[in-house]
Amino acid sequence: MISIAFYLLTALLFSAALMVILSKNPMSSVLWMVVAFFAITGHYVLLNAQFLVVVNMVVYAGAIMVLFIYTVMLLNLSKDNDNRASLLVRLAGIVSGGLLLTVLIAALRRSTDAAVGDLAQVGATSLVGLVKPLGLALFRDFLVPFELSSALFLAALVGAVALGKKEASD
Amino acid sequence: MTEFLTTVFNLIQGILGVAPTTLALALPWMDIFWAFVYFVGAVILLIINVIMLIWIERRAAGFFQERVGPNRVGPFGLLQTVNDTIKLLGKEWIMPASADRMVFLIAPLLVVTVAVTMYGLLPYGPGITPVTLNVGILFFLAVSSTNTIAVLMAGWGSNNKYSLLGGMRTVAQIISYEIPMALSIIGIVMLSGSLDLGEIARSQSHVWYVFIQPVAFVIFTISALAELTKSPFDMTEAEQEFVAGYHTEYSGIRFTLFFMGEYANLFSMAALGVVLFFGGASGPWLPPWMWFIGKTYVFILFLLWIRWTFLRIRVDKMMKFNWKFLIPVALANLLVTGVGIKLWQHFVERSI
Repeated sequence: MISIAFYLLTALLFSAALMVILSKNPMSSVLWMVVAFFAITGHYVLLNAQFLVVVNMVVYAGAIMVLFIYTVMLLNLSKDNDNRASLLVRLAGIVSGGLLLTVLIAALRRSTDAAVGDLAQVGATSLVGLVKPLGLALFRDFLVPFELSSALFLAALVGAVALGKKEASD
Repeated sequence: MTEFLTTVFNLIQGILGVAPTTLALALPWMDIFWAFVYFVGAVILLIINVIMLIWIERRAAGFFQERVGPNRVGPFGLLQTVNDTIKLLGKEWIMPASADRMVFLIAPLLVVTVAVTMYGLLPYGPGITPVTLNVGILFFLAVSSTNTIAVLMAGWGSNNKYSLLGGMRTVAQIISYEIPMALSIIGIVMLSGSLDLGEIARSQSHVWYVFIQPVAFVIFTISALAELTKSPFDMTEAEQEFVAGYHTEYSGIRFTLFFMGEYANLFSMAALGVVLFFGGASGPWLPPWMWFIGKTYVFILFLLWIRWTFLRIRVDKMMKFNWKFLIPVALANLLVTGVGIKLWQHFVERSI
């Protein structure tokens, strides 16, 4: 049952991801990306990682996608504009994408089909993804990296405010 | 009534209890069946609520503004909404020729989907919580934030300047006021030590959190009004500025869906307030679910009272109020709560 759900979600994820690249309209690309994020959220549900489900929904499917949509709306894309990238940028894209693919294949080479089959057992029994174990891990075992990353976010926030202010005073 | 409900539940369970011996895939199918039962229940509750709430809102508006309100159709005008709904269903629905077809059509459905999902998370009483989640309150907020995508889809898909501007303004408002709301809720979560909505409600058996966290309650009420885009924060319906906001181009059944979503969210937001601040379904004599619905409706009346008393504030003032006043106050409240809990644990609980 869970593996059926897994394959359905994966099919949805891949088709949504393909649609992100293939749609002509940037707005529909963004909306397909929302679908892709929700499919990933579904995978977290299967793994019983409840906290990740919620965070993925709030942060990626909610906040980040809204920012994406805003940016796309403000770009003022019209059909007359030829907004294709230059040859150099396209080449760079192909190279970096190919490198990422190589890394992913290298990482996934060792994994076997058994991992998918075990998903049912893992999902039903795993308690790692619940709030309490996750909170203990974050605030006990990984406290310093966790606080460092929050300091990084704070720095980014302050930086954004500073940049915004400078523009307004000019 | 509760006994009746439990009997029905047991009956259905008993009928299905036979199933595992006959069906190989019994367990997952039963899960799907229960999901379906909860879904149908949530939809029925949603429709009854919406019909009641529209009537209550119009009558309450009449009362607060010293006029009568709808009183012609049925006793006390109760059937007015039913009439209006039938009228709306019969209307032609028009789609702009230049609209983005799929986006335009999916947006109203998404609004109702979000509303139904939120109904499934509320603890209506012991034993009648459709979905108990370890991260209930967070999931509730996550689902409600999905609403912004529907609003943006409607605004953009209509291909209309007013819709687009209305949609963008509404989304800016909703995502801004989500922050103080979440911050006001974190204090409650710290006090109760749980993210589960039912657990939060149960942890108020001694004292309601509205008495411990009055500042959080005020912040929650203000941001709930803004989240629901109700006056004094109804920028969406600022008809002098952009006709009807993101649903300008919608008509007939699709407009009805937006309207339903709005009132359905009014109920679920008020219910969330009851769970967080007023002890959820607890109360003497009456069955718990009655207490839950009753408290929720009292809170809704309170929200409507605010709505029909205050004027709409200007959009820039609304944003300034949020970012420069509400969020700092919410953060300060959080700090005081944290320090207070630690002091309480250190001095009071140790001495007992």
